[in-house]
Amino acid sequence: MATIAASAAAPLERQPTDWASPEMQGRIAARYRAERNFRRLGAGALMVAAGFLAFLLFTIVRDGWTGFLRTEARVEVMFDAATLGVDPAALRGPGAQAVLARADYVALMDKAALQLGPASDMLSDAAWLALRDRLVADPTLIGRTETLWVPVRSSIDLLAKGKYDLDAPADSRGVTDREVSDWRWLDSQGRLRTVFNQAFIGNADSTEPELAGIGGAALGSLFTLFVTIAIAFPLGVFSAAWLEEFAPRGRLADIIELSINNLAAVPSIIFGLLGLAFFLNYAGLPRSSPLVGGITLALMIMPVIVIAARVAIQAVPPSIRDAALGIGASPIQVVFQHVVPLALPGIMTGTIIGISRALGETAPLLLIGMRAFVTDTPQGLTAPATVLPMQVFLWSDDVQRGFVEKTSAAIMVLLFILILMNSVAIYLRNRFERRW
Amino acid sequence: MNTNPAQNAAIGHNHVPKMTARNVNVFYGQKQAIKDVSIDVSPEHVTAFIGPSGCGKSTFLRCLNRMNDTVDGARVEGRIELDGQDIYAPVMDVVQLRARVGMVFQKPNPFPKSIYENVAYGPRIHGLARAKADMDNIVESALRRAGLWDEVKDRLGESGTAMSGGQQQRLCIARAIAVDPEVILMDEPCSALDPIATARIEELIDELRGRYAIVIVTHNMQQAARVSQRTAFFHLGTLVEYDETPAIFTNPQQTRTKDYITGRYG
Repeated sequence: MATIAASAAAPLERQPTDWASPEMQGRIAARYRAERNFRRLGAGALMVAAGFLAFLLFTIVRDGWTGFLRTEARVEVMFDAATLGVDPAALRGPGAQAVLARADYVALMDKAALQLGPASDMLSDAAWLALRDRLVADPTLIGRTETLWVPVRSSIDLLAKGKYDLDAPADSRGVTDREVSDWRWLDSQGRLRTVFNQAFIGNADSTEPELAGIGGAALGSLFTLFVTIAIAFPLGVFSAAWLEEFAPRGRLADIIELSINNLAAVPSIIFGLLGLAFFLNYAGLPRSSPLVGGITLALMIMPVIVIAARVAIQAVPPSIRDAALGIGASPIQVVFQHVVPLALPGIMTGTIIGISRALGETAPLLLIGMRAFVTDTPQGLTAPATVLPMQVFLWSDDVQRGFVEKTSAAIMVLLFILILMNSVAIYLRNRFERRW
Repeated sequence: MNTNPAQNAAIGHNHVPKMTARNVNVFYGQKQAIKDVSIDVSPEHVTAFIGPSGCGKSTFLRCLNRMNDTVDGARVEGRIELDGQDIYAPVMDVVQLRARVGMVFQKPNPFPKSIYENVAYGPRIHGLARAKADMDNIVESALRRAGLWDEVKDRLGESGTAMSGGQQQRLCIARAIAVDPEVILMDEPCSALDPIATARIEELIDELRGRYAIVIVTHNMQQAARVSQRTAFFHLGTLVEYDETPAIFTNPQQTRTKDYITGRYG
């Protein structure tokens, strides 16, 4: 007892630290080990993530790049007025275009296809369109023979691209012996070529893979995003400006802030239900239209824009507000001549990220009917349309083999646009970023 | 010793004061930042507000052009007049008040725009220039008066934020002058500047004296002694003493003033 009391009374004298002791060396080694392990773990995590991404991109590009190509067959077409069912005399009159538009190109195509011998039915059902386009462009071809390249059936197209495993048993390789022999015959005659697929870029959806295109969906996306930006950007910026600069601090502002943050986390399909219930059923706006799709997506991304804009507005230093107020700018002038312009790069970045999200969104648009099969490019904001991710979804669902490459090609187009938009966001951020 | 603030608010009787404050109290929420301050601001002199940090001198300055309106929870009691008009009266337009009572801040805060636009912004929003030529005149004369014209006349299109700190502060003074104010409030205008830039600003203040009523807040007593003719000493939210500058520095009437001047606290 006495010794305890004594030692408590007189604290131990502190020994000089031995920085070279074995315990100390062990501690240093442990520290280095921990750091090495952490670095390995971090690098490993990154490698796994990069691996997944590379695998994804690789499979998409491998399957999809041929979607941008199309196989065509060479046919010599005699533009014979009798087969076309047109009166040559009528072509000299003022109604020539109307006469040409009504001519029987299918019959002409069927006749021309006979020169392909055994493979005469291997041309695309819509091959006659090539004849029409050619003749309408140059009506003097009537009575003359012209060499034309017309699309072939999807199975021949895929054979030409080497998409089938020809060594596999006939019942499991997905293509008939006749199609294979027709392809071999056409190929041996030198009648096939594989070229860039303009139809894929320009056309809308089709039941025939060789005719289906991404153009209609891209235009639909463009229209939809136009509506989305036109609504969400001003609404978001004004909301953020009001919340940051004018709203009285208090319970109401807190509730609004909380609601906006929660709104940003609402599953997108809920917005689709809202669009269905309100815009279609109550307001009676046209189903499947970019107008309704755009409004629905605008509601979805508005909270994202509000949050980004508020952060950007907060980052504008108070000294700028003081400066403007100090020479007699009104609060509105301070906000719209100084604060918002200075916050604009940040607002733009947030907006572009929101728009990227809207561009890739499918679920809410399913509910408002934008999964419709639309074979025409949309003519306006109220016409039926589909969008890029929806096109991917529709094609991925299709049983025809030819749509596999189209699906991947459409994904490539979608990813390309997304990367482009994000690059613009990064560029804007770096170009206009200010340091105070 | 005169301890009644209402009585020591005025010094001499040879000038009609430009601004007068009577029994001003300022509250931030529950906290009282200014207690019963009364003071007259002379139109022809530079008035310095000195005092230790947190004594309320900047708070009081910001009452003179109602910049405290923008602070949440700030409340001002008492009466402040500009040329006999109550600036807190409902009929007073605060935007016009701030044009008449200009302000220069502690940290130079030019707009991230061109030098020309910095100066032209105030006259533009108040509609002071009818034509481009008018505006050019206003900008040139403001920059000349701020002693900046010769340095920037060839690069008016360059950004105001690309200049040195001292030039930026003079640009801010030019920006305040451009709207032709009657009073200029300066809130520690040199605290972010090096000694050479500070000397330049002090010269400028001396040149502007007489044309504008100038009120300067400073924590630097030598600066107050150099640039001002009147000095007010604030402590803990009260106006302790207000007198001719030489009198404050050579013959302070209050012990607290004396202690502060001689460096006992601060």
